[in-house]
Amino acid sequence: MATNDPTPNNARPDNARVVKRLLFVVVGMFGFGFALVPLYEVFCDITGFNGRTKNEQAAVNTRQIDTSRTINVQFITRVNKGMPWGFSPEVNSVRVHPGETKVVNFLASNPTGQNMVAQAIPSVAPGEAGLYLNKTECFCFNQQPLAAGADTKMPMQFYLDPDIPEHIHTLTLSYTMYDMTANAQPDVLATFEATPSAD
Amino acid sequence: MSTKLITALTASIPFAASAQSSLNLTQGVTEISQRVYDLHMTIFYICCVIGVIVFGAMFVSMVAHRKSKNPKPATFHENVKVEIIWTVIPFLILIGMAIPATQTLFAMEDTSEAEVTVLVTGSQWKWHYKYFDHDVEYFSLLATRQDQINNRLDKGENYLLEVDRPLVIPTDTKVRFLVTSDDVIHSWWVPDFAVKKDANPGFINEAWTKVDEPGIYRGQCAELCGKDHGFMPVVVIAKEPAEYQAWIAEQEAIQKQAKEEEQRLLSMSMSKDELMELGERIYLGNCAACHQPNGEGIPGVFPSLKGTNMVMNDQAGHIDIVVNGKAGTAMQAFGNQLSLRELAAVITYERNAWGNDTGDLIQAADVNQFVKE
Amino acid sequence: MSTVAGEMDHTDHHHHAPSGITRWLFTTNHKDIGSMYLWFSFIMFLVGGSMAMVIRAELFQPGLQLVDPHFFNQMTTVHGLIMVFGAVMPAFTGLANWMVPLMIGAPDMALPRMNNWSFWILPFAFAILLASLFMEGGGPAFGWTFYAPLSTTYSSDSTALFVFSVHIMGISSIMGAINVIVTIMNMRAPGMTYMKMPLFVWTWFITAFLLIAVMPVLAGAVTMVLTDKYFGTSFFDAAGGGDPVLFQHIFWFFGHPEVYIMILPSFGIISAIIPAFSRKRLFGYSSMVYATAAIAGLSFIVWAHHMFTTGMPVAAEIFFMYATMLISVPTGVKVFNWVATMWRGSITFETPMLFALAFVILFTIGGFSGLMLAITPVDFQYHDTYFVVAHFHYVLVSGAIFSIMAAAYYWLPKWTGHMYDETLAKWHFWCSLISVNLLFFPMHFAGLAGMPRRIPDYSLQFADINQIVSIGGFAFGLSQLIFLWVVIKCARGGEKAPAKPWEGAEGLEWTVPSPAPYHTFETPPEVK
Repeated sequence: MATNDPTPNNARPDNARVVKRLLFVVVGMFGFGFALVPLYEVFCDITGFNGRTKNEQAAVNTRQIDTSRTINVQFITRVNKGMPWGFSPEVNSVRVHPGETKVVNFLASNPTGQNMVAQAIPSVAPGEAGLYLNKTECFCFNQQPLAAGADTKMPMQFYLDPDIPEHIHTLTLSYTMYDMTANAQPDVLATFEATPSAD
Repeated sequence: MSTKLITALTASIPFAASAQSSLNLTQGVTEISQRVYDLHMTIFYICCVIGVIVFGAMFVSMVAHRKSKNPKPATFHENVKVEIIWTVIPFLILIGMAIPATQTLFAMEDTSEAEVTVLVTGSQWKWHYKYFDHDVEYFSLLATRQDQINNRLDKGENYLLEVDRPLVIPTDTKVRFLVTSDDVIHSWWVPDFAVKKDANPGFINEAWTKVDEPGIYRGQCAELCGKDHGFMPVVVIAKEPAEYQAWIAEQEAIQKQAKEEEQRLLSMSMSKDELMELGERIYLGNCAACHQPNGEGIPGVFPSLKGTNMVMNDQAGHIDIVVNGKAGTAMQAFGNQLSLRELAAVITYERNAWGNDTGDLIQAADVNQFVKE
Repeated sequence: MSTVAGEMDHTDHHHHAPSGITRWLFTTNHKDIGSMYLWFSFIMFLVGGSMAMVIRAELFQPGLQLVDPHFFNQMTTVHGLIMVFGAVMPAFTGLANWMVPLMIGAPDMALPRMNNWSFWILPFAFAILLASLFMEGGGPAFGWTFYAPLSTTYSSDSTALFVFSVHIMGISSIMGAINVIVTIMNMRAPGMTYMKMPLFVWTWFITAFLLIAVMPVLAGAVTMVLTDKYFGTSFFDAAGGGDPVLFQHIFWFFGHPEVYIMILPSFGIISAIIPAFSRKRLFGYSSMVYATAAIAGLSFIVWAHHMFTTGMPVAAEIFFMYATMLISVPTGVKVFNWVATMWRGSITFETPMLFALAFVILFTIGGFSGLMLAITPVDFQYHDTYFVVAHFHYVLVSGAIFSIMAAAYYWLPKWTGHMYDETLAKWHFWCSLISVNLLFFPMHFAGLAGMPRRIPDYSLQFADINQIVSIGGFAFGLSQLIFLWVVIKCARGGEKAPAKPWEGAEGLEWTVPSPAPYHTFETPPEVK
């Protein structure tokens, strides 16, 4: 080094200080990129922006039911590409008052020769309506096991928040069923041993 | 000179902007599409005016202030008043643009109840339509023949913009679209409705339209989704409400009948000739795009079906993969798209074509075991 | 460099640099490194340009004639990646390396050894990217924007090389940006206050901050794609509780500032050239600085204007529409200031000035289409069509690339000691100007008429437009060979250039001889 190093000696600690600060920014922004993941989730949960529903169990409604209006709640069920299950709602839609608790059933069947585990992922349109959908019981909270050749009826209990904005008349709730057999939680898999297979 | 070019281009603008010119945005067939077109033209004209002023000043300067004409340059290099003016005026112009833009955006947020709801599902590389209140659903695939794409035949009038089964909706009715995807992100776009909505896998998006005029409206997928992104068009036929009612009732009856047929077929057998003939047709229309007409696929991308283990031996695995697809790959579940008869035929074809000659004959009943209810 | 005492002579006029390949491999000299960046970028420009020629050849007529759709998608993807990360950004970095120390009276960059690394990892990164094209399954084919899940679940294994390559490019850019910031902060000659720095230094200073803020976010995005694909995470996969739209947010949070990274240095270049050839000081220097800072700041809050069709709620669409429209105010101020600089000046039209004037006009046209795109309800019709392709090529090719060529012509005499051939250069200019407009202007109409992006084949009503565009493309590509000729010819010889070949030029770089000696400003100059 030294003889033709153009940087005067007294500048170098200055340089080191600036470099350190800039590196701090670099590392910080890298972390920020990853922090965007939970930030996005929080933002969506607060604003309901991407049509995700609250995925925890809601408390039972204790507020007044608004009988002055009804909202049409439609149900759509889909299975992921390649997922062989049958999956359908018992009814296509229900009309509810905001605050009114309703139970709807969903039918699922596993036509294959293997025990399988699935996860239902919900999505709501319009996105903002997701904020006002409270599920007190839902098969989408947990992974769902289904033995080979078996079928089942899965209930979903919900109510719409009485605060739901006036301009929402229709709400569509879509469930997509994904095959999670390869990533099944151990306690869910254990249910296959516990229950004798159907017929 | 660049002056001439700019002048020529500017002069062509009135021609380009004339109603429904093939160079301009469509005015479309809905109230919203008309508003969008008007907004587009407004912003465009404002930009033209600003451009003429700014470029005009530049050209004047290039001529009047060139060194031979103005050998002694001025020395001014700041003027706060002028700078404030040309900051504030553009800001005001922006506000002028923002007002109609905001109004149009809010008009699109119409939340009145829709009479017809259609679930639109994009997948590689086709659309699926399901009517919410009727038992009618079907796939919509590009109908243009490979021969036209490969330049062996002349291209038809609606080259790459035609499908086998278009979506049908009623006019003068609010139609709601619920858009989603089965695999990657696609985007459902009909320019004449000014509707474009991304199809995100695992999520539903909603859009709506109210078509004023009956007709056929063509659009395309608008999000890169893999190799055949350019080959999955959207075709919508808008019919008068009475005609639409008749059509949907007819479709319901046809689909019901087809389901009943399927059930009957389960107990019937087809001959090898029948299976091979139908199978070849199905193969060329649905499988050859990836696995190639000669069955050899594309190494590293799409597996070969010629002499490979699954086709020669593993019959159950072969049926399963055609019916249920293979998760994590481009191989789709054709159980949803083809009838039991068609599935039996195409699998038989694959097991016997190109010298494979396994002698296996697959019947509808064999396939039915692998299809979900 | 040798450290044996007595061998080095520190007087400017007869110090010789070491020769041979080791000179270039181990150099820490900002002029050498600048030259390497510029040559690398030119080579990458030609490579990326060849891919564009493949694209335009296929799109010359309807039907598939030359390539299959999967390969076409690889061409569009790698063309984009190479032009953004291999041509434009390294070119600006090369210009920064050469000119920033000269402009501020510094002897070199602050961190010369890191500077060497910043350059040399680039050819390595691009070798990896280009090699991935030859893998089984093909190279990256998901667009330079690599949206998930096309880039995760549905891509080939070349994705891993793509990710690795982007990481290396990112590290190069970040190191370069740190170097620029430290150099500008700590090594300005006495008397060179911040508000006396040439605008090219200011714009690079601000660009460098943008780089260190957003390149790490790109690194995060690309890492998440890698882990979603290979390590079982579900950032962008609904089945695991993720969201593909999240990818777009993270990507465009990087992506929007990135496009300003690719234009702010242009503004600096134009702000040097127009005053020089108008023989008049830049109008409104302080506003130009503040406007650049405003553009950079605003660039952080507009990212979702790339996502208007993803299903955003109205409130978000309104916010991003307004914020995006707002950027046209400081940008307009800059354009007006350039015109005011010309006004009542004493203008001559040497090639650097021709490119600079073309920049102002054509970049502004690109700005107009950008303003149209900002209007959300109409964006629904423009998004993912050739209207967008027209917009960004106007600002990047007849914008950024033209400014780089302007800079090359402007500073070639300083770099080489020779005047370039003005006649050949003017041929380059006029051929490029006409062909670039033939190439990109009709794309506006294709988009408006309904032609989507990233398609290898199109319906018949787009045929005529595409044919004109392809012809323009071939002509533009060929025209760049004239540039190559001019540069090589100038490097090898030509009329001897004085220290200041341009009558109206200002700045410290014109106080040193042409060609600039290997070491300059070892004693800092006095700046009044």
